[in-house]
Amino acid sequence: MFSFELLLEAILFGVLLGCFYAAVSIGLSVSFGLLDVPHVAHPAIMVFGAYCTYLLGTYGFDPIVAGIVLMPVFFLLGVGVYRFYYESFEKRGTEAGVRGLAFFFGIAFIIEVGLILVFGVDQRMVQAPYIGTSLSLFGYRIPYRLVVAFGVALVLTAALTVYFSKTFLGRAIKAVAQDEPALRLMGANPVRIKQWAFGIATGVSALAGAMLIIVGPVEPALDRLYIGRTFCVVVLAGLGSMTGTLAAGLILGIAESIVLTLFGASWAPAVAFGLLLIVLGIRPQGLFGR
Amino acid sequence: MKPFLKIDRVSKHFGGFSALTDVNIDIAQGERFGLIGPNGSGKTTLINCISGSFRNDGGSIVFDGEEITQLPAYQRTRRGIARSFQVPRPFSSMSVLENLIVPLEYVAHRGSLHTADTRAEAMDLLARIGLADKAETQSNQLTQVDLRKLELARAMAARPRLLISDEAMAGLTGSEVDEILDILIKLNESGITIIMIEHIMHAVMRFSERVVCLDAGRKIADGRPQEVIAIPEVRKAYLGE
Amino acid sequence: MKYWIVSAALVLAALGLALSGINEYVFFAGFVVLTFVVLATAWNILGGYAGYVNFGTPAFFGLGAYSAAVLFKALGAPLVLQIAAGAVMGGLLGFGVGLLTLRLRGIFFAIATVAVIFIMETLMVNWRYVGGATGLQLLRPPVPEVFGTYTRMLFVVMVVMAVAAVSIARYVQTSWIGRGLRAIRDSEEAAECSGVPTLRLKLFACVVSGALMGAAGAPMPMYLSFIEPASTFNLNYAIAALGSATIGGMSHWLGPIIGAILLGSLQQIVTVTISGEVNVLVVGVLLVLFVVVAPEGILGLFKKKLFAAKSR
Repeated sequence: MFSFELLLEAILFGVLLGCFYAAVSIGLSVSFGLLDVPHVAHPAIMVFGAYCTYLLGTYGFDPIVAGIVLMPVFFLLGVGVYRFYYESFEKRGTEAGVRGLAFFFGIAFIIEVGLILVFGVDQRMVQAPYIGTSLSLFGYRIPYRLVVAFGVALVLTAALTVYFSKTFLGRAIKAVAQDEPALRLMGANPVRIKQWAFGIATGVSALAGAMLIIVGPVEPALDRLYIGRTFCVVVLAGLGSMTGTLAAGLILGIAESIVLTLFGASWAPAVAFGLLLIVLGIRPQGLFGR
Repeated sequence: MKPFLKIDRVSKHFGGFSALTDVNIDIAQGERFGLIGPNGSGKTTLINCISGSFRNDGGSIVFDGEEITQLPAYQRTRRGIARSFQVPRPFSSMSVLENLIVPLEYVAHRGSLHTADTRAEAMDLLARIGLADKAETQSNQLTQVDLRKLELARAMAARPRLLISDEAMAGLTGSEVDEILDILIKLNESGITIIMIEHIMHAVMRFSERVVCLDAGRKIADGRPQEVIAIPEVRKAYLGE
Repeated sequence: MKYWIVSAALVLAALGLALSGINEYVFFAGFVVLTFVVLATAWNILGGYAGYVNFGTPAFFGLGAYSAAVLFKALGAPLVLQIAAGAVMGGLLGFGVGLLTLRLRGIFFAIATVAVIFIMETLMVNWRYVGGATGLQLLRPPVPEVFGTYTRMLFVVMVVMAVAAVSIARYVQTSWIGRGLRAIRDSEEAAECSGVPTLRLKLFACVVSGALMGAAGAPMPMYLSFIEPASTFNLNYAIAALGSATIGGMSHWLGPIIGAILLGSLQQIVTVTISGEVNVLVVGVLLVLFVVVAPEGILGLFKKKLFAAKSR
């Protein structure tokens, strides 16, 4: 039953999947990796984005276009959420860490249940010319939707990496992550910078949500699975590393794909969580951690 | 004579940044020792390595003949090393008295835990440091100078043989500085070795028998206070910033 | 001393209730609410006292339930043994997860606990002995004559377990262990430098918390005569435990009791009158509300009122 061809196909599939995982984790790489916000609601916001994409789809919007349109909206949402989080928790010091976590868990739950109440528990999908068709490459059939997700993921990662290293605001964000007091001394306002960064992270999540529903059907409880995947990628990458996110995503994607091929779908969800535990146990700073 | 605390070629880095490089310091028992240096020179990092909050990457730390480099912080405290924090970290949900009961229970009285004894001893400590009337106040409601006193009192409650005071006087008024200084001198007179990190020069001069100056993670001077401040590198390190 | 008298009285009252002719629904609902009391109390030992948020309550609870089910299916073990097994397994899981992640920051511990839920659920889904995804039917053993129904007996068992759990929490809170945990929560670094063995204490709290959660899960298969992965490892248990402690108050053993009874009752009412989903939404909203506005919980609000009254 095991064949080399099967393994190769699994790896190929895994690479595409991995890039997708990297793309959906980038927002968390910024909000948790750089800004140290315990943002366990990140996958829930992404699923929310997926459902918004679905809604726009019923009005005839192509999902990728919908994702891009949603980005500024989600950016503002992110700014608002961070401001609220900062005022309620971060400002009040270390004890707030526990409550911040509880807060985001609560938000994730509210989003999930809200989606159930509005859309029901059934799966939702979108239609597009690139969903359902496949590309023939080297004798393998690759679903177009994965290629699209792969493409968007690469563009997104590249864009963010460039942003953080070349633009002034991007570098300010990295600076805030490394040495906030120094930044304050230079006259910059760390809170506004973090707000902006969190907004970017949330805006990116909108596009990630669009990709989520392109790659497959979504349901409200999907965020639970993606807590594992996104945190696995972010922790494996090492907090704050953008390029690490891509590498970590690839590792996860390939691992999941191989497990899927060899052991079946019922074991695949545990791969991300299992890998996360292993990384936390032996090398918590990840591959490229600060 | 073997040093009480031997810091032997200690280095510590964070990612690519070297906070401490090859630091060698010997401290004798009962000594009054001052540690100075500009901001970012590695003073607090060194203290963290001694107390165990950080693990140093290179070199070793030997306390009273025992290598403590691999020991977790709480075990170093139980062996007699106590420290105060530069930014006070009281147990904010507890009263001033309770703040002291924690180290008393976990260090001094580990064998027998009779609540009555620890309360009396804690009250006694508070009286010595001048906080007796605030015993039942919640610790997050104290003034700055009282918070600094609480930091010291909590370190004292651990019955240390070596006490490290990390900028306990920063931002205090002249008379408050003298108050803290008196407490430290009295502690030293009872036999406790004291390492003092301070920016307030006259306090360091008055207090220290010996002074070490750090700059960018390296030791640049080691000697009697008057000698050290006369060294050009030391003056440059301070005036150049 | 007062505490023990009240506790004994409660147990006796429960026994009396069980032997009376009152409506069966009281015992069904009471069992569920009491389960939440145990879960919330157990959660609070690590979450409230030490400040380490455990979102994996379903993992410990579910492990306890499956341990009990397996013992029952394999050996026909009595309930007491099932509960003991649930406690042991829960404690072991607590030790394992704790050892792995309590050295790291709080959020890594929280995420690791979520991971454990999914891994545990996946394991059970793929284990044919316990029925995999479809689950297992269990035939209840005959109930001792004095109790009318099996549910009544389970109710009494749960009351005893709740009293035991709260007693343990109370002891931890008022002892030197509790003071050490509070020091860890207030400032872990200062606690470590004050001689508190932070890792050991956190591990202890994690083991005790996990064991109690496992024990709480053990009677579930008998209660339902059935066990399957999806509902056993339901994330609602996580929110309920965390929510009860937050709403009731995290610094005192009374808090989780108040929160669990309130939430449990609210849940029953909302589920019956509106819907199961809205019920979860209500819990989530209340949690967020309290975390932001009243982080000390209901107990905290009362303390403030008492304090204000005294100082007049």
